[in-house]
This record gives sequence, C-alpha cells and structure tokens, in this order.
Amino acid sequence: MKPIATTRSSMGIATGKLAVWWVLVSEIVIFGGLLASYVMNRLAHVEWGDQAAHTNTWAGAFNTFVLLTSSLSAVLAHQAAEKGDGPKAARFLYMTCLGGLVFLVVKGFEWAHEIQAGFVIQSGGFWGYYYTAAGLHGFHVLAGMAVMIWVASSAKKNQDLHRVENVGLYWHFVDIVWIFLFPLLYIAK
Amino acid sequence: MSNQHDAHDHHAGAHAHHDEGWFKKYFWSTDHKIIGFQYMFTGMLLALVGAFMAYVFRMQLAFPGQAVPGWGLVSPGQYNMLITNHGSIMIFWVAMPVLIAGFGNYIIPLMIGADDMVFPRLNRLSYQLFFISVLLLIASLLVQNGGFGGAWTAYPPLSANKDFNLTPLGSTLWLLAVAVEFVAFLLGGINFIVTAMNARAPGMKAFDVPIVVWTIVIASILFMASVGPLVAGAVMLLFDQTLGTSFFNPNKGGDPILWQHLFWFFGHPEVYVVLLPAMGIVAEVMTVFARKKLFAYKTVIYTIIATGVLSFFVWAHHQFVAGIDPRMANVFTVTTVLISIPIAEMCFVYIATLYGGSIRLTTPMLWALAFMAEFMLGGVTGIYLGSSGADIFFHDTYFVVAHFHYTFFPIAIIAVMSGVTYWFPKMFGRHLNEFWGKVHFWGTIIPFNGIFIPLFILGAAGEHRRIFDYHSFPHLATPELQAMRVFATVSLVVMLAFQPVFIVNYLVSMFRGKKADKNPWKANTLEWTADSPPPHGNWPELPNCYRGPYEYSVEGRELDYWPQNEKA
Repeated sequence: MKPIATTRSSMGIATGKLAVWWVLVSEIVIFGGLLASYVMNRLAHVEWGDQAAHTNTWAGAFNTFVLLTSSLSAVLAHQAAEKGDGPKAARFLYMTCLGGLVFLVVKGFEWAHEIQAGFVIQSGGFWGYYYTAAGLHGFHVLAGMAVMIWVASSAKKNQDLHRVENVGLYWHFVDIVWIFLFPLLYIAK
Repeated sequence: MSNQHDAHDHHAGAHAHHDEGWFKKYFWSTDHKIIGFQYMFTGMLLALVGAFMAYVFRMQLAFPGQAVPGWGLVSPGQYNMLITNHGSIMIFWVAMPVLIAGFGNYIIPLMIGADDMVFPRLNRLSYQLFFISVLLLIASLLVQNGGFGGAWTAYPPLSANKDFNLTPLGSTLWLLAVAVEFVAFLLGGINFIVTAMNARAPGMKAFDVPIVVWTIVIASILFMASVGPLVAGAVMLLFDQTLGTSFFNPNKGGDPILWQHLFWFFGHPEVYVVLLPAMGIVAEVMTVFARKKLFAYKTVIYTIIATGVLSFFVWAHHQFVAGIDPRMANVFTVTTVLISIPIAEMCFVYIATLYGGSIRLTTPMLWALAFMAEFMLGGVTGIYLGSSGADIFFHDTYFVVAHFHYTFFPIAIIAVMSGVTYWFPKMFGRHLNEFWGKVHFWGTIIPFNGIFIPLFILGAAGEHRRIFDYHSFPHLATPELQAMRVFATVSLVVMLAFQPVFIVNYLVSMFRGKKADKNPWKANTLEWTADSPPPHGNWPELPNCYRGPYEYSVEGRELDYWPQNEKA
C-alpha cells in the first residue's frame, strides 16, 4: 500500500523529478567546493601548469566527445519514453551506458599510463586534485550507469517510464561536470 | 540502544494497525513517526554521552589533577578527546538529528496533512545511515590510541598528520562518521523539502504552511547548499590521512587554511541550520499559548530566507586570527553584523506576538520564553566576536565558548524541550506531568546561567580555550579565577542532577500520564486533528486545508481558535 503522499503533486512537478533536481543542487556544491579549491590553488601555484602538461589532452578530448554523444542517446531515450515506447527507451539507455563504459576504459588507460610514469596521487599539488576530481567524477559515471541499467530493465517492460527522464537529468549533470573538468585539468597548461 | 527500542515498543505498540513483526515495526518501519522517534531517541541518548563528557572535563578544569568520580584521572590526550567529541556529538549527533531529522520527520507530514513522507524508503535508509555513523563514532572512541582529539573543527595539520594527533585510527573513523552522517542528512533533507513542496493537503498554499515546517525546509536547503564543499573537504582530508596526499600539508605545497574555509563555509550556515527549526518550534508554541495570531507571518518567512542567504557570507569571521587578509576581515565583519538584523527582527516579531496575548505559562511556553531570553544573550555577545578588532582579543577564549553555548544550548536543549513538551500529548496520547516539567525547567535554566556567565568573565580575563590545566599559567591560576571555574562546574553538576527528573517524568507520563484528547492545547495546525497518538497513515481520511495556521482569537468567533481543516 503506497502512501497517498507519494502520489500528490502540490507544485505541479512530479515528485521524482523534483527530488532529482535537489540531488543535483547538492552535487553542484560538492563539485563546486572541490573545483573552487583547485582553481584557487592553481592560481597561487603557477608551477602546477608544468605538471598538467603531462596529462593526455587527446584522450581527454576523445572522452569529452564520447560523453557528449552518450548524453544524446539519453535524450533519445527520453523521447522514446515520452512516446510510451519502453523497449526503445531501454535500448537508448543501454547505448548511453556503453558510452559511460568507453569513457571509463579510456580513463583507466590514461591513469595506468600516468601511474607508470610516476605521477601518483601523492605526487603533490596538481596530481592530488587531478585524481580526486576525476575519480569522484568517474564514481558518478559508474553510479549513473548502475541506475540506468536498473531503469532500463523496468522500462523494457514499459514500467516506470518517468524514471527515464530523471536518470537522463542526472546523466547530463555528470556530463556538465566533465565539461568543467576537461579544460581545468587537461587544457590549462 | 536497547532502551530506545524498548521505548518504541511500549508507546506505539498498541496503535500500529498492521500486524508485522516487532523487528519490522520498529527497526524496518517506513512510518515517518517511527523514524522520527528513532532519530529523536538516538539523539537524546547521545546527549547523555555528550553531557557526561562535559562533566568529566569540567571536573578536570575545576579540580585539576584529581580523579573524577565515574572516570578517574584525566590525561591530556583524554581531555582533548573529550572536548572534541563533546562538540561533535552535541552538534552532529544531538542538535541535527533531534531538531531537524526527529521533529522534521514527526511533524512535517502531520502539519501539512499527509499520511507519510514522499520517499518513505529513502527515509528509512537515511536513519540507517545515521545509525551506522553513530556506530562509527562510538568505534572511533574505543580504538587503539583513543578517540580523535583535534577539536570538532578538525583543523589540519593536527587532524591530517598522525604524528601530530597520535590517534590515526580514531581520527579516520571520526571523519568517516561525520561524512556518513552528512549523507544521511542529505537524503533526509531532500525528503523534507520535496514532501513540503509536493505533498501538502488540498487547499494548503505556501503561506498556509506553519512556520516550523518552513524553517525545517529552509534549514534543509541551507544544509544541502553548504555541506558540499565540506564533503569534498572530508574526502581530501581522508586522503591526506590515509593515502598521504598533500591537500592541506604545507610542507608539500598544500594549504591548511583551505580546510578552514571549506569547514566554515559549512560550519557557519550550520548554526542557522539548527537555529531556524528552533525558532520555528518556538513560534508554534508562542502563538498557541499567547492565543494570538503570529505577528507578521509573511515577514517572518522573508526574514528566514534573508537569514539563510546572509549565512553564506559570514564564514570567515571564524578565521580573523588565521592570517586572512585584513581587508577581507572588514568585509566579513560587516556581513556578520548584518546578519544580526534579521535575527533581531525575528525576536521583535515574537515579542510583538506575545504583546497583549492571554499568556498561559505551561511548561512548553516556559521553555519557549526562556529560549528567547537566553538566545538573545548569545546573539548580543556575538556582535563583539563578529567585529574583527575585538575578536583578535576574544578569539579562542572562554568568551567564545560562553557565547556559542548561549546560542547552541537554547537551540539544542531549550527549544527541543519546548517542542518535546508541546508535542508530547500528540506523540504518546498522554499529558506530561506539569509540576515535574516545571521543576525540570527551573532546575535546568538556573544552573545553565550559572555555568556560562562565569565563563564570559573568565574569557574576558584572558582564559584561553583548549588548556588542560591552568596551573601552567600563573596569571590564570589565581584563586579568584579558579573559584569561578569551580562555580561553573558545580552549576553543571546541579544541572545534570536535574535531568533524571525529566527522564523519569517523560517515561512515567508516557505510560501513566493523564489521557490527552486530540487537541489538548486548542491549537490550529493539522497535526492536532489526528488521533493522539496518530495511527499508521495518520488520518482515516486525509484533511483539507482552508486557512492559515495562526487564526487565534479571531473577532466574532465563539472559540478562540480556528483549526485549519474547518470549512467555516
């Protein structure tokens, strides 16, 4: 028996969607705090630029492309869900997950390469932020993929289609965080 | 913990209408009232732990070097552990769970006319995470080398470097406990905000929502918007402790002041996160027992919002002596003094509400009035500390300690007591004994002032915080100053001696008290239209709302109250 409270909508916005937006608010300040700390420190330490030069800009650019493309399929999944086509929405969600997977694999190669070259999280200023910020973001990618598989498995059966949009909102946020991380960690040399 | 769950069993056992097992009903429940009780009782039990810690270190300060009854000799390391965890427990595991999570869970759905929160299972998860954080905290006190002793603010390098704090495991567990607790409150906060936005009774507009619901929701938003940087900071500190990164390590290019910014960017809004719900509870109690409409309802709401916004721009007043740019100190002095305007305005509004009312001095009303009086002392002394010039002298003295206890004690104890005694008939269907309620009130309020007024004087005389034994400082070890320390400690012991009065009164009234009807205080808000105590689902049929919450003593009406659900 579901409480009546869960079905009400005094604001006219679906409860789930409203909650996702508040989750995003809290996520924005988490990444905001971390990135603001990084930027302030970076401005005070010109020499961090030399360290940043060791990151692989091309791999980062490729990942940006992959992640943006995966957001496109998240939008297409939403569109399919709006039309009530659950199986199609699920297929697009799986495609989005595939994008996330490619992103993480590329990231893994990058990190392996950097660690082999001796740049680890203990290597001081820049590298601490590099691994922490990208790691926290990667963790969000992973969490988003897990939720997406769960949403897709019920969307396939045409159940809870409103969740397709909610998980899409989250995925776009993860995307946007990367759009901040990429220039800050890779391009700014 | 077993006491807490026993308590659930007795008061709610007879009323829950679904026949699930005992475990499922009290440990695994998604009912907002049970979860509210879980938070409230856990918080109250931890308050006893925090109070015991205060007793031990106050005894050490009054009678240094002597064995403390119930503890034994206090070592310097233990002393640091005690003050650190007293602060952490009272803020993170008492004020937050009782005021926001406890009252928020219990009263938000009842006051907005809903049968539960909008995410009942998320709510349960929130308490379970909170419970894990309690276990982590307790574990941090029991591990080898003892609990964390670097103050509740956990400034690096002391908190980051195990060669300095000497408690590697205790520090890490403490930090994890705080981080897990933040996650629990983020989940709970999202639930409160969305519930109040979306699950209101038909007809209840935003300006028909009682003040206390507004304050808890705005406090949850403040928490959510301020805690993020500290969550990131906690991860960074955890890496500094365990992986050997150098975010806050100045030897390797890190910046210890960065932690202070991250901490206080959360830490100061946190004051308002707990203050606002306390102000909300007091508003409810005052209107009911003054039998008057709340003065300037909408202004109060705008004031709450203004307080919330301003609270994000005052944090560096905790760092005036940390080497920040003096020009920045000027800016933060101005914003700090500015924030006293909305708070003072709230106090004036409450006084205006009382003015001309037919005041009933019940136990909850006494607590509410005491909140105003004591909190104002805390607020006014804050002006000295917020002014950067004066703060250079006062910083890290007992003046600061007395100041924030004059704010936090009214918030976490006085306002909570006001709420606990006010909603007691609703929670348990019986009246709290008024006589013993008042004995406990006077036995708490008078010694409270006895503890902290001497600390103001000691602080102004230059007594520094965080000193284990003043004998090492001859100018602070004079007989006059020591006499004041003894007076404060004796007052604390007297105050603690009165707390069993409350505990016994609470438990006895719960089972033997006079039966309460649905609306014993003749109040307007919707929770008083449900049965006392409300069953699972709260109402057989959910109420509609037709008017604002404070229509008391309306002219031309026979009754001096006008419940929100009455059509005409």
